[in-house]
Amino acid sequence: MALLLEQLLNGLQLGVMLFLLAAGLTLVFGIMGVINLAQGSLYMVGAFAGAALAARTGSATLSLLGGIAAAAAVGMAMELAVLRRLYRRGHLDQVLATFGMILFLNQAMTMLAGRQPLFVAVPPALEGAVEIIPGVPYPVYRLAIIAVGILVAAGLWLLIQRTRLGMLVRAGATNREMVRALGVDIRLLYTLVFGLGALLAGLAGVMAGPVFSVQVGMGEQILITTFVVVVIGGIGSVRGAFAGAMLVGLVDTLLRAFLPDLLRGAIGGPDADALAGGLASMGIYLLMAIVLLVRPRGLFPAHA
Amino acid sequence: MREHPARERAALLLLLAAAALLPFLATALGSPATVPLASRIVIYGIAAASLNLILGHGGLVSFGHAAFYGLGGYTVGILYAHLAPGDPFLGLIPGSNQLAVTLPAALLVGGLGAAAIGALSLRTSGVQFIMITLAFAQMLYFLFASLSAYGGDDGLSVRRPNLLGPLNLRDPATMYWVALGALALWLAFQRRLVRSRFGRVLEGIRQNEARVVASGIRPYPYKLAAFVIAGMGAALAGALMVNAMRFVSPDMLHWTKSGELMVMVILGGIGTLLGPVLGALALVVLETGLTALTENWQVVLGPILVVVVLFSQGGLAALFRRRPASDAPGAAGGRLPRLLSWRRRHG
Amino acid sequence: MLHRRGLLAAGALGGAALVASPLARPALAQAAPVRIGMITSLSGPGAYLGQDIRDGFLLAIEQGGGKLGGTPVALLVEDDGLKPGQGKQIAERFVGNEKIRLLTGIVFSNVLGAVLPDVLDAGAVYASPNASPSNFAGRDCHRNYWSIAWQNDSLHESAGQAAQNLGHKRMFLLAANYQAGRDAIAGFRRMYKGEVLGEIYTRLDQTDYAAELARIRAARPDAVYQFHPGGLGIAFLRQYAQAGLAELVPQVVAAPSMDSTTLAAVGEAALGMTVGSHWNSDFDVPASRAFVAAFRAKYDRLPTYYAQQGFDTALAIGGAFRNGGADLADTEAFRKGMLKADFASTRGRFRFGPNQHPVQDWFMLKVERGADGKPALVTKAKILSDHGDAYAAQCRL
Repeated sequence: MALLLEQLLNGLQLGVMLFLLAAGLTLVFGIMGVINLAQGSLYMVGAFAGAALAARTGSATLSLLGGIAAAAAVGMAMELAVLRRLYRRGHLDQVLATFGMILFLNQAMTMLAGRQPLFVAVPPALEGAVEIIPGVPYPVYRLAIIAVGILVAAGLWLLIQRTRLGMLVRAGATNREMVRALGVDIRLLYTLVFGLGALLAGLAGVMAGPVFSVQVGMGEQILITTFVVVVIGGIGSVRGAFAGAMLVGLVDTLLRAFLPDLLRGAIGGPDADALAGGLASMGIYLLMAIVLLVRPRGLFPAHA
Repeated sequence: MREHPARERAALLLLLAAAALLPFLATALGSPATVPLASRIVIYGIAAASLNLILGHGGLVSFGHAAFYGLGGYTVGILYAHLAPGDPFLGLIPGSNQLAVTLPAALLVGGLGAAAIGALSLRTSGVQFIMITLAFAQMLYFLFASLSAYGGDDGLSVRRPNLLGPLNLRDPATMYWVALGALALWLAFQRRLVRSRFGRVLEGIRQNEARVVASGIRPYPYKLAAFVIAGMGAALAGALMVNAMRFVSPDMLHWTKSGELMVMVILGGIGTLLGPVLGALALVVLETGLTALTENWQVVLGPILVVVVLFSQGGLAALFRRRPASDAPGAAGGRLPRLLSWRRRHG
Repeated sequence: MLHRRGLLAAGALGGAALVASPLARPALAQAAPVRIGMITSLSGPGAYLGQDIRDGFLLAIEQGGGKLGGTPVALLVEDDGLKPGQGKQIAERFVGNEKIRLLTGIVFSNVLGAVLPDVLDAGAVYASPNASPSNFAGRDCHRNYWSIAWQNDSLHESAGQAAQNLGHKRMFLLAANYQAGRDAIAGFRRMYKGEVLGEIYTRLDQTDYAAELARIRAARPDAVYQFHPGGLGIAFLRQYAQAGLAELVPQVVAAPSMDSTTLAAVGEAALGMTVGSHWNSDFDVPASRAFVAAFRAKYDRLPTYYAQQGFDTALAIGGAFRNGGADLADTEAFRKGMLKADFASTRGRFRFGPNQHPVQDWFMLKVERGADGKPALVTKAKILSDHGDAYAAQCRL
């Protein structure tokens, strides 16, 4: 029972991490209609900037702020230089241009930071583990990730539903001309929204620093899973991204945790382990196929 | 503007004859590595052309085309792996190293794979379609990467390439000519297909799906058929590539390979007959040239791609166009996409 | 008409681009140095491995004053991007156009598998500074193929032997779900005779290992063996320590899971780990001490064992040149020279087995706090002597 609870917590934590990346992706798509493959690269920028600042200053706060700021800055620069010209183009052009940007950003990061993976320490305040489930010490840092993720989700919801910016964002998604008629600079609005998406990716990157490996290519590793999340949740819907992220996090974790033992009971031996590994790695893709069979536009389609 | 199918055909045949002379030229110039390089370009040309069928003519942005390319490749690899030990695949299918056997098998496998993935993916459209094709391709990538019986991530060597009657594909020039022949046949087939009723309906779906539906045609079977045909083209390319490389690995199914194929189509000119082949030529030469120049070649290639997308309307093929073709989005069965003619993307 | 001319221009352009591509460089006169082609991974996730191999190799050339074994050499380096197709393309160019007769540098087995058949068929020599998969050590061994690193399995056999020597009775094994991961577990089990509580194959794109860590905790093994190369391993080790498992269950791993770069990225989380390896930067061998000092002076970082392998590969080639193998048109003469293994290896003892793979000693290292307070890899004991590989028997040369 304790093991099940622990694994549920693990699934939740993975889900939160995926949500931060998926939220930016889905926000940018829902509002500007742009598909941004380079979201993973912004995550990488955040992680590297955070790691570099942590190593130089030793301050977790500075590292967090710097990482977020760097990702947001790179993101907005990207929007100003390239993506802005692609809003009226097809998805194909967007995919290719952002594919080109991945190549560029990865190699530029290699030239800047070198090829070695970077070290990032857990902030001292978040070190150690607590026994929230009796007998199972759970790392404080992971609990912090869960807390931050839930806070961000709540914050995003408030931003979009309750503020003037959110209102403009929602209006801009459905009717650009109307927003422009209100005297709002829609180009600035789009740049800001893109910056927000990049900021969330950067936040995920900084938080991933002490847990995952900070190295070039880390973005693409998680990008495809993020796509799965966005598709399952319904593209363009932040609520969907949250639900999709939780679902993918839980399904993935629980499959990895319990499938091998189940299969061992059924067939036994090392074959079971290998088969379980293969099935668990395909699990989320199968989940996506099933969801799309039932609901082709995802669980919470935007503009339904 | 009048069309000149006969002239066009003559020009194409002339081009083919010129391309066939390449191995002699390469030997004369003391650059034998050019022949396998050219084979690779020609084979990528087939893959890119097949992608162009759904991308350019069908408006279906598939980001998982490498899946079928890899399926074709693995068909050849696995059949070869079962040849020497003599144990049939799954206890049923004997191994083979005859191109006359492995190529149809690859087409079959690629077609079946595309039918399965397409049937599911085509229920969606737009960005969902991009992402779901990508995810399915990644799923196959991980499947092959963990398939230890066939080398898993390390891949599978095909020490002796397939035989085609008396021809041995181990000779680079023979390989090149076979690949060139396959490319010519595939392009001829695709040219006919695009000009047929099927092609016109496909074009109509790309331009305005609602109008096609209104005229009483269900788009789904047409899209699926195009997806399957494109998948078979990619499988053909994959099967040839494994013979040229003498090696198959999950790398062939990686999502960056799908990206590269898309780049070739765009670079060369989407919706044109020879564009994808030109794109394959340009990308391979660019990559080869850049890697020879600098370690940090991706830092150059990336912005080149961005610039191409932003500023080159119609790709390389547009450079050879006669004059900008008008792009009146007509009814289903409107203007035929002409050889190397340009039209604005995504109507 | 314009139309057709356009087409022909396209054809001519394509042909010209192909033939006159930047690939054909003029053949060199006889006095020119021996050219060595290095194909290695300098971009992508494995980039630092290729970088270290290249830097180690270059250091050896520099120390020889531009010569290896008294013969002037020129090194051509190109990036395979961890793509087998790209590696093969470079090899074709090196062997076909540039007429290079000696190649080296490949980091990963999948690239090697794509490149090697072509190189050998063309009669050229390949000297591997890293990847050495089982087929080329056994059935497919070749007179012109050399490994100066180890056979892949040996790394994991040394870890298995270390676990055996440490007296661990019940172990939990994990590896990334790909060929090298399976080979790793097979190699480990060849030497480890205790009970295996569980084997887990993790995904290659996995970043979070919480589910696996919970299973380890529930199984309560004496020790854990895991194989996760590069960034996967860094993520695994960090999360292992954060979950509080580092104090409870010690790890015994092979060198690829814990080189000095990984250690720098993981830090304290690695303390207490046992590592099986053929070399370590603290080796008390004169050649090794000199190498580590020179490498640090030149590149301002501690060499990983990849750098050491690159360095040793260059030295081994130098040895072959010195012993009558400098003319690579005669690969048999090169082979005779190479077989003598006439070079001062940074590992101390080194010779080639019948399949032209190393026969060498293996050591147990431990991650401990160094004099400066930072974690460091410290050599503890020799665990295998004159160890070859399990595939040599299948090789007929």
